[in-house]
Amino acid sequence: MESVLQPLRAYEHWLAQYKRVWRGTIGTSLVNPILYVTALGVGLGTIVDQTQNAPGGVPYLDFVAPGLVAAAAMQTATIESTWPVMSAIKWSRVYHAMIATPLSERDAFVGHQLFVITRVFTSAAAYLAVIAVFGAVASWWGILVVPVAVLIGTAFSMPMAALAAAVEEDRTFVTVFRFLIVPMFLFSGTFFPVSQLPLALELVAYATPIWHGVELCRMLTLGTVEALPALGHVAYLLAWSAVGFELARRSYRRRLLG
Amino acid sequence: MIHARGLVKRFGDLVAVDGIDLDVKRGEAFGFLGPNGAGKSSTMRMIGCVSPVSDGTLRILDRDPAVDGARIRARLGVVPQQDTLDFELTVRENVLIYGRYFGLSRRELKPRIDELLDFVQLTERAGDKVEPLSGGMKRRLTIARSLVNDPDLLLLDEPTTGLDPQARHVVWDRLFRLKQQGKTFVVTTHYMDEAEQLCDRLVVMDHGRIVAEGSPWELIQRYSTREVVEVRFDDERPGAGVLGDVAERVEELPDRALLYTSDGDATAAQLHDRNLPPHSTLIRRSTLEDVFLHLTGRTLVD
Repeated sequence: MESVLQPLRAYEHWLAQYKRVWRGTIGTSLVNPILYVTALGVGLGTIVDQTQNAPGGVPYLDFVAPGLVAAAAMQTATIESTWPVMSAIKWSRVYHAMIATPLSERDAFVGHQLFVITRVFTSAAAYLAVIAVFGAVASWWGILVVPVAVLIGTAFSMPMAALAAAVEEDRTFVTVFRFLIVPMFLFSGTFFPVSQLPLALELVAYATPIWHGVELCRMLTLGTVEALPALGHVAYLLAWSAVGFELARRSYRRRLLG
Repeated sequence: MIHARGLVKRFGDLVAVDGIDLDVKRGEAFGFLGPNGAGKSSTMRMIGCVSPVSDGTLRILDRDPAVDGARIRARLGVVPQQDTLDFELTVRENVLIYGRYFGLSRRELKPRIDELLDFVQLTERAGDKVEPLSGGMKRRLTIARSLVNDPDLLLLDEPTTGLDPQARHVVWDRLFRLKQQGKTFVVTTHYMDEAEQLCDRLVVMDHGRIVAEGSPWELIQRYSTREVVEVRFDDERPGAGVLGDVAERVEELPDRALLYTSDGDATAAQLHDRNLPPHSTLIRRSTLEDVFLHLTGRTLVD
């Protein structure tokens, strides 16, 4: 019982902090999706649709919108698991306060991840609502985009937390964004099918968790779910989450218990 | 409360704590005195169950930290060397959230927080954010927070380092109250006055080992003399050989000489009798600082 309750106590800390800023984040959770969907789905989409050669044979808005939701989940999860983790270790030292009490370093880690999941969940729900209003959700399967976004979130936040607890300088995070997150955002099937990439890069794209997340979200909103590929994508994202969890657990232990 | 035998902490090749023995009894105010890098904080972290023991035996509240870490920590109050307050939250919320880590309910925490903030004189700042508080206020808040679970054992790692004299005295006053209430606590410090004020018994640590143990008064008696005469001479200062027999021990420093003696006035008079009148003379009681410098040397530790 305690092992379930203890991470929730650490989670309370992050909620208390979030309580002070949530209004601002709700704003960005709605405004950002509206800007992206308008610019890419409606603006660029109109031009793409005129070519009569739209990817997947659907209006470009319908193609790009689920990709944007998946990419946003990746970004939110990554941001929430990098600087805040380093701060809790080095700057605010919040983790050190937690582990001086009955909470363990594992509770501190799990509690923080629960909060990351909360952030991904709420922003994905807002994103889904926006694309639904734009008419980009063709099926009730679309609801499942929210839990899938959470799974995309953990596939990124767990390994990122492992990294953030291991490195000394926050410069590393800028490098991660520049060379991993941004390329994944641009080239992993969000804006165009990866089959258009040179073969080598196409294979790299299949290895990224975000491609699997984008594919899943897209089949859900378009209502073209096929069981086997869907399960494959879920399993792949789960594997990243599970390996990340274990790495992060070790990384936290090494860092906090010296 | 604390029982340690042959306690060792290693970080790779570095031996931070090199086989120390300790016993702290209930109601005792126990101090670790030592220069930076002596192993005080490493010892405190092991006692606080956030740093695994490398070797030797350690029992806190009759439990083994390796097995019962969480249960021990539930009964500890920790004031860390570096603040771990949440600057984004208010004073009250900081204590509340910390109390929640112990699984205390919001209902039982409410009156408890009022009481604690009153104790550390922060009631008026209860609704303020922590960020703009002074260093002394932050320390007091950390102390209030450490008491939220009504701990059996308080661990204070350099509780007044970095505070101005007024703030230090307020903190000491609060700690002294806790001592009067019968709380057991362990303090690390490199301030001699802090150790003399707060500790019933202390150990001096150097290079990871305990080099002396006793009450402040015992240590002064054993390693120093009752009084010290500090003398400065104008130009030609007499060598230690000349000064040698006016005191029990003479320590020559670049700017002055320290004469350790049981009777400062008599020693000063002797200097005049021998026609060695110093430029200035200061007769003072021997302090822990004399003991400390005698035991750990005057070399600067970085």
